[in-house]
Amino acid sequence: MINPKYFLKGVLCSRKFDSPAIALGASFIAIGALLKNLGFTIQESIFSTFLTYALPGSLVMAESMLIGASLINIFLAVWLVNSRLYPMTVSIMPLLKHESQPRWKYYLSCHFVAVSSWLILKSNYEEIEKNYRIDFWIGIGTATWLIAIFSTVLGYYAADFLNKDMIIGLTIVNPIYFMCAMIGVMKTIQLSSAILLGAILGPIFYFISPEWSVLIGGVVAGTVAYLIGEKYGN
Amino acid sequence: MATNIILIILVTSFATYISRFLGAFTSEKIVETSKIYKWFNCVAYSTLAALISRMLIFPSGDLSDVNYILRITVILLSILIFYVTKRNLVYPTVLSAIILATLNSFAV
Repeated sequence: MINPKYFLKGVLCSRKFDSPAIALGASFIAIGALLKNLGFTIQESIFSTFLTYALPGSLVMAESMLIGASLINIFLAVWLVNSRLYPMTVSIMPLLKHESQPRWKYYLSCHFVAVSSWLILKSNYEEIEKNYRIDFWIGIGTATWLIAIFSTVLGYYAADFLNKDMIIGLTIVNPIYFMCAMIGVMKTIQLSSAILLGAILGPIFYFISPEWSVLIGGVVAGTVAYLIGEKYGN
Repeated sequence: MATNIILIILVTSFATYISRFLGAFTSEKIVETSKIYKWFNCVAYSTLAALISRMLIFPSGDLSDVNYILRITVILLSILIFYVTKRNLVYPTVLSAIILATLNSFAV
């Protein structure tokens, strides 16, 4: 089954001082408060984070509900904003693959792919032997997922005590954390151009199509960055 | 309404899991040293960067009520704090929330 030693190592990774868990916690507190204001019960709020566990998707769901969008529209809007999870999953699974491990672990643990867990794995996987990396990943995923659920509960109950300025403060924590984390990983020409071009093209494509901007901006920027990296070295 | 919310949650989570599942499925044949892996890695970082900058420049929800000059000020200050604190991630993050909440409480 799951090797407890590596699972625990993964869990403990989210406890580091500068762990993405801080950004994750703050943003899900804001989500908890948002869901309460939308009329969700505590059970529904927990259920939402438990099953979705992706911040932009939950935000899009909330906004779509506010404007009374249809289920099909909610589906499409969430799918588009969360489609970033596809290349993110492809870019970590080969690092975790080992023939001694059963396939169900990969299909179950792909639910844990989110920015925070992804970044924790990317900066720690090399220290772990390849045959146990999937257990390590399940540990990271479980810890970050539980932090998100716990923070949703906290936000739900704190909603009455948080004023608008405090909620606004909490909502900027997430993009600021990940913006700094992205600047921090700009160590090769390929990655630096991928991040810079993505950050520029995402908002530019927003003028053409707000829904498709992240996906199109990401694919165009990623492809150009890949070619730059191939030409000028990594 | 209650059934509606459950249905909306299920639709949202299904729309989210599809990308994760397809990612796990597609990557079965991909080796980490291959060119296609490198391309996917670049696209993953670019898409994330595109999403983050979109969240800051064209925010949704409560953040969209904040004046863009305030948002840009907080973004620039956070980058500055990040470098001043020798690339520490905690200080810019925590301070960005405090600075924005404070500045916004003074804004009209």
